[in-house]
Amino acid sequence: MKALVSVKRVVDFNVRIQVKPDGSGVVTDGVKHAMNPFDEIAMEEAVRLKEKGKITEIIAVTIGGAKCEETLRTALAFGADRAVHVKEEGEVQPLTAARALAAVVKKESPLLVLLGKQAIDDDNGQTGQMLAALLDCAQATFASKVEVDGNKAKVTREIDAGLETLEIDLPAVVTTDLRLNEPRYLKLPDIMKAKKKPIEPVSLADLGVEVAPAVKHLKTTNPPVRGKGVVVKTVDELVAALKQKGLIS
Amino acid sequence: MEYDVVIVGAGPAGLAAACRLKQLAATAGKEISVCVLEKGSEVGAHILSGAAFEPRALNELFPDWKEKGAPLLTPVTGDDVYFMLGATRAVKMPGLFVPRPMHNEGNYIISLGKLVRWLGQQAEGLGVEVYPGFAAQDAILDENGVVRGVVLSDAGVSRSGEHKEGFTPGMELRGKYTLFAEGCRGHIGKKLMEHHGLAKDADPQHYGIGLKEVWQVEPGRHRPGLVVHSAGWPLDTANPGGSFLYHFEDNQVAVGLIVDLSYKNPYLSPFDEFQRFKHHPVIKQYLEGGKRLAYGARAITKGGLNSLPKMVFPGGALIGCDAGTLNFAKIKGSHTAMKSGMLAAEAVAEKLLAGGTGADVLDNYTEKFRASWLYAELHQSRNFGTWLHKFGAIVGGGINWVEQNIFGGRVPWTMHDMKPDHASLAPAAESVRIEYPKPDGKLSFDKLSSVFLSSTNHEEDQPVHLKLKDPSVPIQKNLPLYDEPAQRYCPAGVYEVIRDGDKPRFQINAQNCVHCKTCDIKDPAQNITWVAPEGGGGPNYANM
Amino acid sequence: MSKILIVAQHSGGKLNAGTAKALACAQKIGGDIEIAVFATDGSSVAAEAAKLGGVKTVVQVDNPANDHGLAAVLAPQIAELAKSRGASHVLAAGSTFGKDLLPRVAALLGVPQVSDIMLVHAPNKFDRPTYAGNAVVTVETSASPVVATVRQASFQAAAAGGSAAIEKVSTSAKLPTHTRFVSIEAQKSERPDLQSAGRVVSGGRAFGSSDNFKLLYALADKLGAGVGASRAAVDSGYVPNDMQVGQTGKIIAPELYVAIGISGAIQHLAGIKDARTIVAINKDAEAPIFEVADIGLVGDLFQILPELTQKL
Repeated sequence: MKALVSVKRVVDFNVRIQVKPDGSGVVTDGVKHAMNPFDEIAMEEAVRLKEKGKITEIIAVTIGGAKCEETLRTALAFGADRAVHVKEEGEVQPLTAARALAAVVKKESPLLVLLGKQAIDDDNGQTGQMLAALLDCAQATFASKVEVDGNKAKVTREIDAGLETLEIDLPAVVTTDLRLNEPRYLKLPDIMKAKKKPIEPVSLADLGVEVAPAVKHLKTTNPPVRGKGVVVKTVDELVAALKQKGLIS
Repeated sequence: MEYDVVIVGAGPAGLAAACRLKQLAATAGKEISVCVLEKGSEVGAHILSGAAFEPRALNELFPDWKEKGAPLLTPVTGDDVYFMLGATRAVKMPGLFVPRPMHNEGNYIISLGKLVRWLGQQAEGLGVEVYPGFAAQDAILDENGVVRGVVLSDAGVSRSGEHKEGFTPGMELRGKYTLFAEGCRGHIGKKLMEHHGLAKDADPQHYGIGLKEVWQVEPGRHRPGLVVHSAGWPLDTANPGGSFLYHFEDNQVAVGLIVDLSYKNPYLSPFDEFQRFKHHPVIKQYLEGGKRLAYGARAITKGGLNSLPKMVFPGGALIGCDAGTLNFAKIKGSHTAMKSGMLAAEAVAEKLLAGGTGADVLDNYTEKFRASWLYAELHQSRNFGTWLHKFGAIVGGGINWVEQNIFGGRVPWTMHDMKPDHASLAPAAESVRIEYPKPDGKLSFDKLSSVFLSSTNHEEDQPVHLKLKDPSVPIQKNLPLYDEPAQRYCPAGVYEVIRDGDKPRFQINAQNCVHCKTCDIKDPAQNITWVAPEGGGGPNYANM
Repeated sequence: MSKILIVAQHSGGKLNAGTAKALACAQKIGGDIEIAVFATDGSSVAAEAAKLGGVKTVVQVDNPANDHGLAAVLAPQIAELAKSRGASHVLAAGSTFGKDLLPRVAALLGVPQVSDIMLVHAPNKFDRPTYAGNAVVTVETSASPVVATVRQASFQAAAAGGSAAIEKVSTSAKLPTHTRFVSIEAQKSERPDLQSAGRVVSGGRAFGSSDNFKLLYALADKLGAGVGASRAAVDSGYVPNDMQVGQTGKIIAPELYVAIGISGAIQHLAGIKDARTIVAINKDAEAPIFEVADIGLVGDLFQILPELTQKL
């Protein structure tokens, strides 16, 4: 029983984002990158499922340029057994990513595909759902609890209204939310071992994947700056102002 | 885990040493295993320097660095030196009157962070194992005091010291030789110096704190390759220092102020001096209308040859700023750090390739150092900082001009500066309180929004990595005597004296720490010890 | 002329507020607007949707399989409906419902999806946030239909005042059975979760002690708000770490954020910049929090807080 985990290399969450003066994007050159934090949670979940004996092999997949190999090495240090690197230097949007992952899924036939609920760079949050659509299988997004039982799984999802539990038939796609687990500290010996684990390079063409229609990025700008509001003198005025804005009744 | 050589710190010294070891092993057709540990979350994350870079050591290490794509992109094209007479006035020094080591022909304006990232790639390409995100906590000393490697800091310990889920004890990394390249005031280097008495024949070490920002400037104000240095305002003879401003690629300018940590006035705040400094017309002319992109700070080791400790001990050596190889006359430490790393690597390789099993004293490193251009360079400028310190920028600078330009540094006297920096503060009662202007949000900023730009982060739930030997000292001694200067010398707002209750209380916001080490150096009671936090913590400098 | 299909979100027979926000976005795009209601029996929701302003038709798709709004079940029906009704746009609120559902719809239609529209430039040109709101990208799509979620914090709910026709339709899409609803439970904690709460009150170091935070809890309970704190308050040991709001703590986007005794260090502001309305109460009139506050009140929190709690 295999689990496939999709991981993405993104600008590290600690990095202060700078929009390029020419509006062509954000500064990524010389900036620290890391595995998308939600993907770390997906990796951790896969490793826990393996430790519980629910699955026997973990395959990490990434799609992107040569530098993404370091992200796969991180996944291997987490505990992936091997990795597939779909090499593509150009921009990869969610639908293309989903097509590439679907092609890898068809080749590997995993029981479970785990992805982060979104990548913290583009904040699209689409790939998992698109992948499930292409595979015509069940999806459970924003997972905060995953229990695998044979060819079924119970997944608790963090939705706006609370916690929803679904039962899904496997194979299925699960996307992970923050509270699913706390990813482990990587140990130096595991990082050392990861250097020797196999990474299989493939191209979109090898997978027979055509690049999907894409959304065009015209320009990137800084978010609007919040302006200064009004200053009130008394608590009564404050209460009145809140009422006027419809924030309290 | 056992290696031939363990190197602590992936800066210019550590990585140059690692590359040199692999090169020498390859030439000899033998294997030397080399591992480099870096406490930053990635190589370059904790690197901060000006930097006007002299390529001498790099030329020796990688003669083909251009073909290999080393990021030396902007040659120095102009070299202005100003003496700031006040908040608005300055005189430009004619080139003739500038001490020779301060000339920059043939040098490059670089981001040392970028260069170090490139060096990291070269090292990995040569087979060095580089592990960022792992902090060495301590040297492993055997019963005979021989250094056998290092032990990493634990991961997953709570603030109160309990083991959290996923606790990982720090593992040991053993090496036949261990090279310490932690940079200025390395916390293991400091311990080794004490343990082995390495500094007992040297003058006290001297330090500065360098604060730096990177600005995106208006294209019309950008002069690629221009180097601007200044002395004088806002600092003075009792509280000396100097500034730099470098125009490098992409309409970016690096600006910084170095404040000598021998400053006397406990009310002085290096951060605020730097902020007001940027309003000087000489500086403002470039920055006005621009946008600040990055901020950081780091202490520098500037005592030079007179303060240089013995660099070797059984089983290893100190290299780069961990030892103190910066040339203060040039205000440059990168080429000297690299060279010291390369010399140590040559010494280690000599031993290992001859079948040595390590653990002995690398006397051949000392010999190679003595015979090198590095030593000659440091010897030439050994009095530079002392003259400045003793007589200020004008008189001291004049003496330096005579020494360096007339005598080429070959003078028969050596000046000593025996007072350590932590002992230089005058009592608050005898000092003038400094009222700093409010930041305008355009050229000058407050501390916290500055720290924000350093992308500093630490896992919050971990023990405080700034240890007080005696927790009562800040409030009971430092506060009445010096108005607790930590509040001001820390460039990241780590230390606060809070007076919200009936009694003042000392707070340490360890999470803000940019790992500059100034507190460890300047605390008048020498009560603060900087230890390594969980690996990966600290600033995340992009290209500083 | 655009033809916009909005997927209604509802629960307990009531329309969710996000739908009216998606409608506001649709109105900016301009064109004929239809709202699709998927339910076992969507009559009451459809009737409610029909009263929203500027809606042409409400399409009611009743099917017991639609009971829990499962993405895998709804997506093929929406894809079919988008085609049969000639939709140029398919929109839904950027809630967990919309975010779960629309990418699946887009993939079935073979088109990309636009997440979190925050501003409409043209029917196919939008602004959307990336990097946790630290950068805004203007995107253009030539795909048809345009499938997009609408960032709820960026739009005011469209006003009522319409009387759209309600049309009952059925679809022929084959519905999967691989996904089954088991249960739903509301968040258990007494106070709403900090990250998902619509209202949040936060306290800073000015509280002076952990005991004084009781004043804040009292206000929170009155408002039904989540409770946060500044890092300074956490570092002072007044409250646990998981209450920290800011760059290194939780990044939140409530409708109402009340910062009390918080000076507004930039790290804190980074965590609340998406809040819709910020109220600041601080005794220091110069505190940076007032630079970003929509409503400010200068004064001593120990006097203001009890009074405010009482008067709400």
